[in-house]
Amino acid sequence: MKILVCISHVPDTTSKINFVESDTKFDTNGVQYIINPNDEFGLTRAMWFKEKEGAEVDVINVGGAETESTLRKALAIGADTAIRVNTEALEASQVAQEIVAVIKTREYDLVIAGRESIDYNGGMVPGMIAAMIDASYVNNCVSLEISGDKATAVREIDGGKETLTTSLPLVIGGQKGLVEESDLKIPNMRGIMMARKKQLNVIEPSGATTKATTVNYEKPAPKGEVKLVDAANVDELINLLHNEANVI
Amino acid sequence: MSVLIYAETEGGKVKKVAFEVASYGKAVADQMGCEVTAVAFNASDADVLGSYGINKVMNISHEGNFDAKIYASGIQQAAEQLGASVVVVSSSADSRYLSPLVAVGLNAGYATNVVSAPSSLAPFTVKRSVFTNKAFTHAEITSENKIIGVSNNAFGSVENKVACTVEEFTVSLASSSVNVASVDKATDKVTIADAEVVVSGGRGLKGPENWHMIEDLAEVLGAATACSKPVSDMGWRPHSEHVGQTGKPVASNLYIAIGVSGAIQHLAGINSSKVKVVINSDPEAPFFKAADYGIVGDAFEVVPQLIEKLKAFKAQA
Repeated sequence: MKILVCISHVPDTTSKINFVESDTKFDTNGVQYIINPNDEFGLTRAMWFKEKEGAEVDVINVGGAETESTLRKALAIGADTAIRVNTEALEASQVAQEIVAVIKTREYDLVIAGRESIDYNGGMVPGMIAAMIDASYVNNCVSLEISGDKATAVREIDGGKETLTTSLPLVIGGQKGLVEESDLKIPNMRGIMMARKKQLNVIEPSGATTKATTVNYEKPAPKGEVKLVDAANVDELINLLHNEANVI
Repeated sequence: MSVLIYAETEGGKVKKVAFEVASYGKAVADQMGCEVTAVAFNASDADVLGSYGINKVMNISHEGNFDAKIYASGIQQAAEQLGASVVVVSSSADSRYLSPLVAVGLNAGYATNVVSAPSSLAPFTVKRSVFTNKAFTHAEITSENKIIGVSNNAFGSVENKVACTVEEFTVSLASSSVNVASVDKATDKVTIADAEVVVSGGRGLKGPENWHMIEDLAEVLGAATACSKPVSDMGWRPHSEHVGQTGKPVASNLYIAIGVSGAIQHLAGINSSKVKVVINSDPEAPFFKAADYGIVGDAFEVVPQLIEKLKAFKAQA
């Protein structure tokens, strides 16, 4: 089985979000980058398929050279080969087209992406890939088992779960549940040393078109101070929620 | 030129989330000077959309479960038949599942988490929430066809009664390689996605045996129940109740956090709720910085009182 895991290079959750150049660019100053958490659950599930079933696992990112540290981390966790499509990731449709161009030359049985990235929160890439290659597709995937060319996946829905049966090739939008947080691997020294010897192939973009552009950014208005209510006076809280906030 | 909205249904009825999507579609249609049509599957009460400005509903009859590919093919064909250049969808799990497929089918640019009506039609510019609600971006959709995913509870439902006709739309739907083997869904509970009020419990509740407080409070308020990540990791509550960055997003009108410290990953997931209330015994808990109202106190004393007082308040109202 050949698996491709799409890795988004995103600012750590605790990063300060600021913008520069008249609010047209994200301020990367002092920002730590990580593997997008939703992608990391998928990557870890892919490692399970590698260990138990001998799957080959490639990881891919569409982005500039600055994203290579994140791809190296994925290699250190255990991916076999990394691919970087050498172009700035501008929007979901362009990223999906670039990944599809790679998929078409390498034929994967399973493509794993996160349900969304924690920076732009688009949540479109896995579905767009599936539509472009006409593969089976499960989003919000919290469990995945594969046997031969059949797959059983669990999708989280509003208010519950549904169990789906499908066939390969399959694209999933993965999230926590594919593996648990305690299953995530911190790369060890051996993994890091081996990652240096693994291939990180840089390929030129196919020239995908974009369908959206970012004009500028805006930060939310600063929030006012919390209004504290005495623990002995819950009537006051009800009064505020009813008369001031109008929410009950 | 026309606007199409996708009105979700459940058990044959139009879901409440569709009213917000309809209201958004109506606002865009008014800007463009055109009509707004809805497409729905198995809607028995589709004319209710007329209360939110929808002129026409194209109802597709489909037997069997929701399937992203099948539904996407119906929505795409409705857009094509109508010549709709703008399609509006919600941010529900199902809409987010099928919309990327519609986007590829219509060769459309798709913006998710959109929080307000377009600020301009040419270029077509919308404001969307990014960095897990820590910022907004103004984005231009440059393709001819456009899909807008409206962020839950951001635009609101706007009543606007118009004459509404419902037509059966007969199409040949796509086939799908995905089959539903089973659905496990609590039908008697308000879901986090649909709830106006969410009551959430954290580690401060000390154990699953104390969750009756959360459930009782939720019942009085007609709220959904949720929990923090440690609570779901410890198995006190199911993962489906976990809200936060790696759990479910919450965009309710009122979010009440009890015994939740307010880790940054938790706050990221609930930040787009309009009013946040925290009850925590630790005055240094980070949640107090994110909340609108707070009580520093022991949940085991405050919450039972709050339940009693709310019951009295609701009885009076």
